This record gives sequence, structure tokens and C-alpha cells, in this order.
Amino acid sequence: MPNIFRYANPREFMRLSAALLPYTAAASVVAIAVGLFMSLTAPPDYQQGMTVTIMFIHVPAAIMAESVYGLIAVTSLFSLVWRHPLSDVAARAAAPFGALFTALGLITGSLWGRPMWGAYWVWDARLTSFLILLFLYLGYMALWNAIEDEIRAARAAAILALIGAVNLPIIVYSVEWWNTLHQGESIISGKLAPVFLWPLLVMWAGYGFLFLTLWMLRIRTEILNRRARTLMQEGA
Amino acid sequence: MSAFNALLMRDLRLAARSGGGAALALGFFALVATLVPLGIGADLKLLARVAGGVLWVGAVLAALLSLDRLFQGDFEDGSLDVIALSPLSLESVSLAKILAHWLSTGLPLTLISPLLALLFNLPAAATLVLFVSLLIGTPAVSAVGAIGASLTLSLKRGGLILPLIILPLLTPAVVFGAGAVAAMLDGRPPSEGLTLLAAFAIAACLLSPFAAAASVRLNLSS
Repeated sequence: MPNIFRYANPREFMRLSAALLPYTAAASVVAIAVGLFMSLTAPPDYQQGMTVTIMFIHVPAAIMAESVYGLIAVTSLFSLVWRHPLSDVAARAAAPFGALFTALGLITGSLWGRPMWGAYWVWDARLTSFLILLFLYLGYMALWNAIEDEIRAARAAAILALIGAVNLPIIVYSVEWWNTLHQGESIISGKLAPVFLWPLLVMWAGYGFLFLTLWMLRIRTEILNRRARTLMQEGA
Repeated sequence: MSAFNALLMRDLRLAARSGGGAALALGFFALVATLVPLGIGADLKLLARVAGGVLWVGAVLAALLSLDRLFQGDFEDGSLDVIALSPLSLESVSLAKILAHWLSTGLPLTLISPLLALLFNLPAAATLVLFVSLLIGTPAVSAVGAIGASLTLSLKRGGLILPLIILPLLTPAVVFGAGAVAAMLDGRPPSEGLTLLAAFAIAACLLSPFAAAASVRLNLSS
């Protein structure tokens, strides 16, 4: 196995991430705590009642789920074009969190849908495209786990991530087209009052910092694992 | 071009002689079409309503059956290395394999679909739309499937992971294809679904040879 550390500079990343980690961890704890407090003390919505609280958990999770897929696509592009091993590690480390955010979005969405729409699952365009997004994440992670050779697995997963990123807008469009074909489901839209907007933004920041913290931790773990493996091979 | 034709003919011959070619996929397709009425009941109105969706999903699943062997057999016995050394680019190789897969599964599935639509009591006009939509859409199934097949070609159990990768990407084909049939049943013009399906199929057939070639390349270079 070639020594991949010749091509990248993970040492720099280790130094930077070690310095940043305490701050991002603290920021995520504070933002989520404040955000939860603001969410729980927010007044009930005149239409949705207390169920509006779910939105503060749900919407940031949905935004994160989409952003993380975009992040994986960008890091995959880096990995394919510049063959930067750190971006492979970064893409792989981000995937489970993206899948978790997607699942959190789907679960909270269905909990909100039960009192609002009268059913846990409605074939609404957004719900459906998020379900497909979850399957995209699962396929991506499964492909990565299935291929034993690390470099091959990274390239194959990167190709799949890019194809998924190209196809995702088409999937979303097709599902919306299908939805208007079958039934007109109104997606809640309109202006958001500041009393609802602020908890949402704070929760979003909390999720973002939480993701950043866990992402860096996972990348660090993987780098340390690879170093340990290299050391063991050299020692053997 | 002759190398392209030679590869195409070779793959078609291989498909016909090993594993019975289209027969397995057709049998699977027919069985799915038989099991669905047994599962949901024999109400002819309901069957006509779901025919487009069921037959589209059945056709996609049937086409997936033979997909995992698209590159795998050639990879295992080393012929893929020889093909890669030929003057034919890997992009053309992928295109030939996609075409061979479509001719040996997608096209036969399309041809048998009117017969199965008959079992679902689908009106003649809607059957025609189903036939046309499968004719347009099954090349996209082979093309997108080829990407999955090339990504998993080194895996011994690639057949298990392939559907997980490919099916989400094929959502638009099923939506537009079955949507066109449903539109016809509702008395709306099916042209919107069919043109969107054609756009998806053209994009898939144009782009997937490059993606498939890229992943074949990464599997050959080690």
C-alpha cells in the first residue's frame, strides 16, 4: 500500500482542528441549549398550535441534510480532480451525519404530519424527495463499505456522489411534477414572524456547529487510524 | 465502428447463450404482473388504474436482474483488460454494453408489455402510451444501470448493492413513464410525461458512458 500521506497535509488539519474543536463544541452546546429554550417558550402558532415547536427541530435538520449532500459532492469533486486523500476522508466522514439529519427530518416531519395532515406519512413532494435522499445516502455509504480497497472505494463513492448530485435536482423536479399530477398538497409558505424565525436560526447554527464538531472528530479519528495502520505495517 | 459492432455482437451472443438472455427477465416480469393482482385483488378498475405503475416498476426490476453481470464477467475472466487495450475507447465500450443490455432485456420487456397490460385491463390507448414510454425509458434504465454495474464490478456480491445504488437514481424514469400512462387514463395528454421521459433518457444515455468508463478505469488501474 502506498503511503498516502505524501500527497496531502493531514498534519496541518490535525493542528487546526485540535485548536478549533473546543470552540465549535462549546458553540454547538450553547446554541442548541438556547435554541431549545427559545423553541419551547415560543408562542403557539394560530394555525399549527404547539406543533410549531417541531418545526424548530425539523427545518434545520432538513437544511443540514441537503447541505451535507452538497458538501459530499464538492469534496468528491476535489477527490476526483485533485486526488486529495483528505477530501476522501472528509466525504466519507460526513455521510452518516447527512443520513442522520435526513432521518431526523423525516421522523420529525411525520410526527408533525400526524396532527396537521391526519397521517404520519403523506406523499408530499418534499417528504418523498427526502425519502429518496435518504436512500441516496444509504447507497453511498453501502458502496463505500462494500469495496475493500480504500482508494478504489473512495473513487467509486466519489463518482456515485457526483452522479447523485447531478440527478438530485431532476429527482426533486420529477417528484414535484408527480405530486401536482396526483393531488394538490399545499406546502406551508408565507412570511415567518421573528418570534418563530429566531429560534429557527439559533437551532440551525447549533446543528451546524454540532455537525462541524463531529465531522472534524471523525476525520481526526480516520487519520489517526490510518497512521496506526501504517505504523503497524512498518513494524511488521 | 467495426470494433464497436464486434463487441456489441459478442455481448448479444453471450446474453443469448448464457442464462437464456431475455427469457429470465421476461419470466420475472410476467411473474410480477401475475402476483400483483393476486395480492391486491381482481377488481378490473383498480388493476387498470395501477397497471402503468406496476408494469413500469416490474420492468425496471426485471432489467436490474442481469445488470450486475454487465462488466463483472469480463472483469473476472480478464477480457475487460483486453478490451481496454483495444483501440476502442472505454466510453464506446460502455455504450456498446449499454446497447447490448437494452437489446437483450429492455426491448423484449417493452415488446411483451402490451400482453401484460391486457391482463390488467388497460385500455388500448393507455397501452400504447405504456408501450411508447417503455420504449423511450428502458434505454435510460440500461444506461443508469451501467454506472452502477461498473461501480460494483469488482464486488463478489455486487448484485445486492446494485439496486440500492441504482433505484433512487431511476425515480424520474418511473415517475414520468407511469405518469404518462396515468395522464392518458385521466383524459389528459400524455405528451408532457413522455417528453420529460425522453429528456431524461437522452441525458442518461449521453452522460452515463463517461461515468461508466471512469469507474471501469479506476477498477482496472490498481
